[in-house]
Amino acid sequence: MTYPTLYAICGVVLFGIGFYGTVFCRHLIRKVMAVNLMGAGVFLVMIALAARTPSGAPDPIPHAMVLTGIVVAVSATALMLALIRRLHHQTGLTELPDQMEH
Amino acid sequence: MDAEWAMTGLIMVPLAAAIVVYVTATRFVAAWGVAVAMLQTGLTFSLTRSILQSGPVQVPLGGWEAPLGIPLYADGISALMLIMTTLVGVTSTCYAAAYFSSLQRDPRRSSSQPSIQTFWPLWLILWSALNALFLSADVFNLYVTLELITISAVALIGLAGKAQALVAAIRYLFAALMGSLFYLLGVALLYSTYGTVSWHLLAETVQPDVLTWCAASLMIIGLLLKTALFPLHFWLPAAHANAPAPVSGLLSGLVLKASFFVILRLWFYVFHPVMPASAGWMLSVLGSAAILWGSIQAIRQQRVKLMIAYSTVAQVGYLFLVFGLACEPMGMLAWRGAAYLAFAHASAKAAAFMVAGSLMYMVGSDHLDRWEGIGRREPKLIFTLALAGVSLMGLPPSAGFIAKWLLLNAAIGHGRWEVAAVIVLGGLLAAVYVFRIIGVSLSSAVPMPEVAPVPRMMRWAPLVLAMAVIVGGIVTTEPIRLLEIGAPPIAAREVAP
Amino acid sequence: MTIHQWLPLLVIASSLIPGSIIFFLGEQQIKLRTALNLAGAVVKILLVAFMLWGVSINQDYQVRYGLVEGLDFALHADALSLLFVSLAAVLWLLTTIYAIGYLEDSPHRRRFFGFFSLCVTATTGLALASNLLTFLIFYEMLTLTTYPLVIHRGTPESLRAGRLYLLFALTGGAILLLAVVWLQTLVGPVEFSATGSLAQTDPALYGSLRLIFAMLIVGFGVKAALVPLHVWLPQAMVAPAPVSALLHAVAVVKAGAFGIVRIVYDVYGAEFCRQLGVMIPLALVAAVTILYGSLRAVYQEDLKRRLAFSTISQVSYIVLGTAIAGPLATTGGIVHLVHQGVMKITLFFAAGNLAETLGVKKVDQMRGSGRRMPVTMAAFTIAALGMIGIPPTAGFVSKWYLGIGAAQADQWWVIGVLVASSVLNAIYFLPLIYAAWFASPPDAWPDERPRGWFETSPALLFPPLITAVLTLLLGVLAGLPISALDWAKLIVLQEYAP
Repeated sequence: MTYPTLYAICGVVLFGIGFYGTVFCRHLIRKVMAVNLMGAGVFLVMIALAARTPSGAPDPIPHAMVLTGIVVAVSATALMLALIRRLHHQTGLTELPDQMEH
Repeated sequence: MDAEWAMTGLIMVPLAAAIVVYVTATRFVAAWGVAVAMLQTGLTFSLTRSILQSGPVQVPLGGWEAPLGIPLYADGISALMLIMTTLVGVTSTCYAAAYFSSLQRDPRRSSSQPSIQTFWPLWLILWSALNALFLSADVFNLYVTLELITISAVALIGLAGKAQALVAAIRYLFAALMGSLFYLLGVALLYSTYGTVSWHLLAETVQPDVLTWCAASLMIIGLLLKTALFPLHFWLPAAHANAPAPVSGLLSGLVLKASFFVILRLWFYVFHPVMPASAGWMLSVLGSAAILWGSIQAIRQQRVKLMIAYSTVAQVGYLFLVFGLACEPMGMLAWRGAAYLAFAHASAKAAAFMVAGSLMYMVGSDHLDRWEGIGRREPKLIFTLALAGVSLMGLPPSAGFIAKWLLLNAAIGHGRWEVAAVIVLGGLLAAVYVFRIIGVSLSSAVPMPEVAPVPRMMRWAPLVLAMAVIVGGIVTTEPIRLLEIGAPPIAAREVAP
Repeated sequence: MTIHQWLPLLVIASSLIPGSIIFFLGEQQIKLRTALNLAGAVVKILLVAFMLWGVSINQDYQVRYGLVEGLDFALHADALSLLFVSLAAVLWLLTTIYAIGYLEDSPHRRRFFGFFSLCVTATTGLALASNLLTFLIFYEMLTLTTYPLVIHRGTPESLRAGRLYLLFALTGGAILLLAVVWLQTLVGPVEFSATGSLAQTDPALYGSLRLIFAMLIVGFGVKAALVPLHVWLPQAMVAPAPVSALLHAVAVVKAGAFGIVRIVYDVYGAEFCRQLGVMIPLALVAAVTILYGSLRAVYQEDLKRRLAFSTISQVSYIVLGTAIAGPLATTGGIVHLVHQGVMKITLFFAAGNLAETLGVKKVDQMRGSGRRMPVTMAAFTIAALGMIGIPPTAGFVSKWYLGIGAAQADQWWVIGVLVASSVLNAIYFLPLIYAAWFASPPDAWPDERPRGWFETSPALLFPPLITAVLTLLLGVLAGLPISALDWAKLIVLQEYAP
């Protein structure tokens, strides 16, 4: 097993943990962290896969993608936090209520 | 050259306008919106004409070729999606301009309502992202545009400010981000295998191996979450129903279509040769379930906006029927049907949500029992709702009818009687909830209700949109011809088990 | 495009355009609205008259417009469609005049007249449709445009009736849609042609074709109120009288019957239908409907409900004539399409007059009404006698042809059905006529509202008078070359052409 493969598997595991957290954690801040963990997992996979070229020199394109991904993740996190803060401010809730449709 | 400018403009004009109105915080922000809308109309028209005349267009942005540059690509289906976006976008812009200026003038409302200054930049970014998505030629770009769409759409829901809306927005945001990350993981796997993110190149090289299937599944699962295909629709009704009046229609009409369009692209242009027929079949089974479940839930609702939102769940189900029907000899019919239904649903649903928004503005609630007799006061709005309903039910003459006819033809042609039955039954169930609203609103059992005045534009914008749906059922030659330009090669495939 | 292509479109536009404009007028722009309505109706009659002349000298009016491949919107004025269009055009004018008088000062007239025109548009389109798809489009349009008319009053009762109507009509439409698409996948797009176009189909498909036939009949039978699909019709009586009149005489019920005629003759072909063995079941359904409708009518206390059950029975004469399938019976069935329309609209006009002027809604309140409203009741009497089939009315002509047609086809049981039904018709109409003319009027009418110099307002009085005279003329002058009967014979000549 090469290092890149190890990293990639690691990334997938992180992704899985993050997915579990996003679905099953109830506290909103935990959810935010879990989503970011998912993101980190994907980025790790991408970085690992940048070693795909036979020459050993890393492929720059996945790096560029990760950079873009980080930017997206940062803004999404900011939006999540802003919404959660506002919800907490209005209702005192730290978790999503089960039924809010009606 | 013409097409290149049009494509760039479609993305850059709203983006630039968004930045300008945000930075300058101009008072004439609605005027900016309307100006953008007019420009977009011209650009869409010019691009469509160019595609009709000379086929699909590929443009390396700024002259940079892939893999460094960001290529744009437009074929028939992108053009149809752009027309849809422009149609819904322009009417929504006019509607929103009237809505927000009316809110500002009314001191009792303005305190609790979203500020006009935040709506416009968000909507313009959303518009730009939608156009960029429909014009993307690589799968990573699709990711970026999907995220832009998600973030601006969630923020637009949050504008409503009420706790209900915030909860719905947060739930939507988590679901959508999860979907995006699944998609991104799939992109990473694809890139590692094939070394490209251009879907044209992927389509040429894609192989039926495990890694490709993993990538395809991850991407499509992520997109299903964003498109709210049953049973992943849990976030949709609350999010669409609790958004501000001008936003609901954009969400149901356009935002969902964006992720659906990505699925269409990936499935039919990239993965079609390597996907097992059973996978497509499973999607159409889920689609059928969505039609039935969404319609029944819509019938059970007491709030009109929730009803319309559940109707979206059902109509999304219709879109997914294509994946089980896209095989020879009727595959092209199904493909055209699904693409045209996306267009029909966008216009009809946006019109329905606008009507609901106007009436809610007048009555102060969207509870159906508060709407009793409202149609006697506001015949034009209810008439508009009925026109939109005609398309949702799939009755002639409407774009929805043409689309359902094509799907039904494909289903029966393949001997898929259960699908045909679901298509027809879904139309009948839609009639139940559409006519429930219309019946209540025409009731004379109560005295004519007193309502708050509403700007004229909030009556006309949805009517124009609903008329467009009807016209779309009569003038069909051009859109269908458009869909043949750059249509995917639906190769001879076995009918699914 | 030439005038020959424009004409069918213009006939449809002559009600579509006024109807659409009316929605955008103000509720109080009564003069303009009335002018538009009447102008549209008169123009339609003129256009139809021109087309009648053209078709009689073998002019071909048709237009075709492709929607999607295999999906053409096509109109064609053949003899059968013109028969139906003429009926619709003439009765639309009369009903519009009647409705203007009937709805004087009531609310939401803009909505009413708008949808009224659209409803006629759908009927005209249906008549002129030259393939199944176009027929289907207008058939569904008809459902949608009549719904607002049925629930016009907005009372809980009328909303309930509207729901029932939609339940039946839309389900029927859905079954129809399935059948049409299925047929199209089997044999390609189906155009209407005299003598039908399916006779050459591969015998392996006969099973499917039988099932499709059944589905088509169910789809049309809902509107034609074939038992047991008739449930919605008596409920729909809550609609205002002009709506009931139009529903029963031309628009909805007739559309269903017309559809069945089209299916049997112009899609399958009468000979092929017999070969498939679907004619006898259809005739039986029609016979059951005729007897059941008449029987139920006898027991109705409400005048409009009695007329509704009478319609159920009378419309099935058309289906019966179609299903017996000999030249003479077909003539009887097709001519009844016109004759029943004229007679039934007279009855509904008269019933509306009684309700509007005197407040008479029940049959036992009609005593002596002939003395108070002699013209209305004279019209009623003529039409009722026509329904029974007494010479020299129009009804006699239809029944005569049905009878000798049955004899010609050796279907003697049909004559039994006709006789039984006529007896039942007499049982539920004659006592009314007797009470109206020979019983003494009550001291006070339930809700008397005098209107003008005549027994009621002229707009309400003249339409039934005209249709009653037509009932007589159609019977007396049946032998003339311009009569409905003559035209029906022309149609039959084409349908049975070798």
